[in-house]
Amino acid sequence: MTVQREQTLPAVSGKPSSDSRTKDGKPRGPHRQLGPKLVPYLFLLPFLLLFIFFLILPLVYALGISMFEDRLVGGSVFIGAENYLRAFRDQAFLDGVGRMLLFGVVQVPIMLALALTFALILESGLVRFRKFFRLAIFLPYAIPSVVAALTWGYLYGPTFGPFTQAAEFLNITPPRFLSEAGMLPSLGNIVTWEFTGYNMIILYAALQAVPPELREASSVDGATGWQIARYIKIPLIAPALVLTTVFSIIGTLQLFNEPSIMGAIAPTVIQNDYTPNLYAYNLAFQNQQYNFSAAISFALGFIVFVGSFTFMTAMNRRNAT
Amino acid sequence: MGRTLECVPAGWEKRKGVSGMRAFGLTAYRTQWGVLKTVAVALVITLVTAGCFGAGGGDEGDGATGGAETSEGPVELTFWSWVPDLQKEVDLFEEAHPNIAVKLVNAGTGADEYTKLRTALKAGSGAPDVVQVEFQFIPTFRQIDGLVDLSQYGANEVKDDYADWAWDQVSEGDSVYAIPQDSGPMGLLYRKDIFEKYNLEVPTTWDEFAAEAEKLHKANPDIFMTDFPPSDPGWFTGLLWQNGVRPFEVDGTNVSVSLDDPAVLQVTEFWGDLIDAGLVDTTPDFTNEWYSGLSEGKYASWVSAAWGPVFLQGIAGKTSGKWRVAPLPQWEEGEEVTANWGGSTDAVTTQSDNPEEAAELAIWLNHDPESVAMLNETSFLFPVLESHLESDDFKTKQYPFYGGQEVNEVFIESSNNVDTGFEWSPFQDYVYSQMSTHLSAAIKGEMSYTEAIEDLQSTVAKYAEDQGFTLQQ
Repeated sequence: MTVQREQTLPAVSGKPSSDSRTKDGKPRGPHRQLGPKLVPYLFLLPFLLLFIFFLILPLVYALGISMFEDRLVGGSVFIGAENYLRAFRDQAFLDGVGRMLLFGVVQVPIMLALALTFALILESGLVRFRKFFRLAIFLPYAIPSVVAALTWGYLYGPTFGPFTQAAEFLNITPPRFLSEAGMLPSLGNIVTWEFTGYNMIILYAALQAVPPELREASSVDGATGWQIARYIKIPLIAPALVLTTVFSIIGTLQLFNEPSIMGAIAPTVIQNDYTPNLYAYNLAFQNQQYNFSAAISFALGFIVFVGSFTFMTAMNRRNAT
Repeated sequence: MGRTLECVPAGWEKRKGVSGMRAFGLTAYRTQWGVLKTVAVALVITLVTAGCFGAGGGDEGDGATGGAETSEGPVELTFWSWVPDLQKEVDLFEEAHPNIAVKLVNAGTGADEYTKLRTALKAGSGAPDVVQVEFQFIPTFRQIDGLVDLSQYGANEVKDDYADWAWDQVSEGDSVYAIPQDSGPMGLLYRKDIFEKYNLEVPTTWDEFAAEAEKLHKANPDIFMTDFPPSDPGWFTGLLWQNGVRPFEVDGTNVSVSLDDPAVLQVTEFWGDLIDAGLVDTTPDFTNEWYSGLSEGKYASWVSAAWGPVFLQGIAGKTSGKWRVAPLPQWEEGEEVTANWGGSTDAVTTQSDNPEEAAELAIWLNHDPESVAMLNETSFLFPVLESHLESDDFKTKQYPFYGGQEVNEVFIESSNNVDTGFEWSPFQDYVYSQMSTHLSAAIKGEMSYTEAIEDLQSTVAKYAEDQGFTLQQ
């Protein structure tokens, strides 16, 4: 760039004469000037603008309307925290949260155990066609969850679904996937099928960052493959396991697509309030209770936050001891 | 707006002398000016991108408002509808109206479209000029001031050309909020072969229906007389309608809710008994399981509506020739009362900048003989226009799927017998969702059918009150 242009800079960056960077762009020391300090923020600006307009502002708006009650007749009235008090006393909401916690306690460990197992096997080099298996296990994640739920819904069919047909052919009682008792496991199966591959990729990537020297050293010391996995690899990828667990907790509490699709084929089991997110959606778009729906959403966000935070704290404490 | 902005400005890379992504990277990271220039470029990209988002949103609005800006050019209308093959009828309209251009959009079927429409109405922009709305949702959208009174654009001039009950559904006094498009007067579709095999009589009353159901079940427990869909409140409401139930009476902000009157209990307990005895299946309708049930002979009949025959042809093709159509069974021997299930209208939204042209589209499409004939023949809608209902071609059309029966005749008769004076609530989606929830609870055995209906009544009444309506006894 021309010298002339550099001289126009003071207005923007303060002291152009003490440029903190050399000609080849390497930093020359701590940034003391205002200008260079601002630069990272300027880089962040495009993200920040979108972040503010498409996330923060809608959140603020939702928070705002959650403090009102808008009636079909009579308009909007400010009611403060009443929607929140109502939310935490709302049996339908609490039941939904309870249902999702039960779901998560069973489904998340199963899914992560599978993901970890696959990741360890693939990374160990024990199997051939590693790339193929990696892709095959990951593939369900690439399928839109709505399509996945529709497909599984067909497979679960109580009269004409293939499992039922097969069971009838073998003269055994067909499994009741879509019954009251069968629904949570059925949903868990879909979610596990969808997300095991995704979690496996994260864990697999973490495993690849484990220094090979450690493995070699332990091999030399006579550790078996299982011992290497148990005492070297898994402890070293603990942060990735924590990450995938937190993502899974968040995902579980926000379950929406799968129950929403299943609701069409099993309406007596999956009602409007089956999961907290489904409940919030139906409150807003079916019952026209936008305000209460906003409050429910924030209440759910709060529970998600508490859930993730509790888990992280517990993990940190365990690491500290 | 937005039309001049391009998402990827042509020649952008050349002008800036950097290659797109590297602008964020190291090449330009040489001097402060370089840094700032990079940031500036990044900003431009952000703004352009934002502009593109804005343009995307704006285009929809433009569709609705475009006409107002240009008084010279053709008026542009946006039209949301999920009727299949509707473009043909729209083309006809455009031919007859060179000054009006129509942009037809399928914004989803039923509830999906209503969610979008409600969001647009709430947001203050983005709603189409003309929108397809089913009969039962007209009061719901009227309640949020979403629909234009079409009487000021001559809607009442066509009033007498439509079936009485249908006009009754779209109007209140002299005000008209939509133009009827198609309807679903109810009737009974049954499997002649199954009925003959098990020596069943075609029921004329609901009592006979129950008796035949029992007979069938004894003879073959794998076949059900019919299916009771737990999540189709529209269907269930049709049955209530036939029994003279008037669940809502609305007068401004005064609402009366009578979802628990004896006629409701009679219908609910009738079906509840059939379900509890295992004579009737409870598979949700319009699902794969249900389609298979109809085509595999799991059901001996389908309590359906005038649009049912053509629909069934499409989903149960291999049962061709085996079905017949009979009038809806009656509660009292000798009566001829029916009800309506389904059917749509076209309404003009209050966001339209060209309500006059929009009204013309809604009226013409559903009144012009050629357009109405086409709606019936290519989009398979059951007409509400009297002249078409009474035309010989329509009446005497024979359907091979129904063994050559003149199916329309049964439904024309049904259309004439649909009870008038049935009103919907101004919060129909809530009522429907509660109806499904309560019927499901009763089917699951969580409560009795009577309890379900009593609870439904109190839940809906409470909602009405919470929403600021005054409850009338």
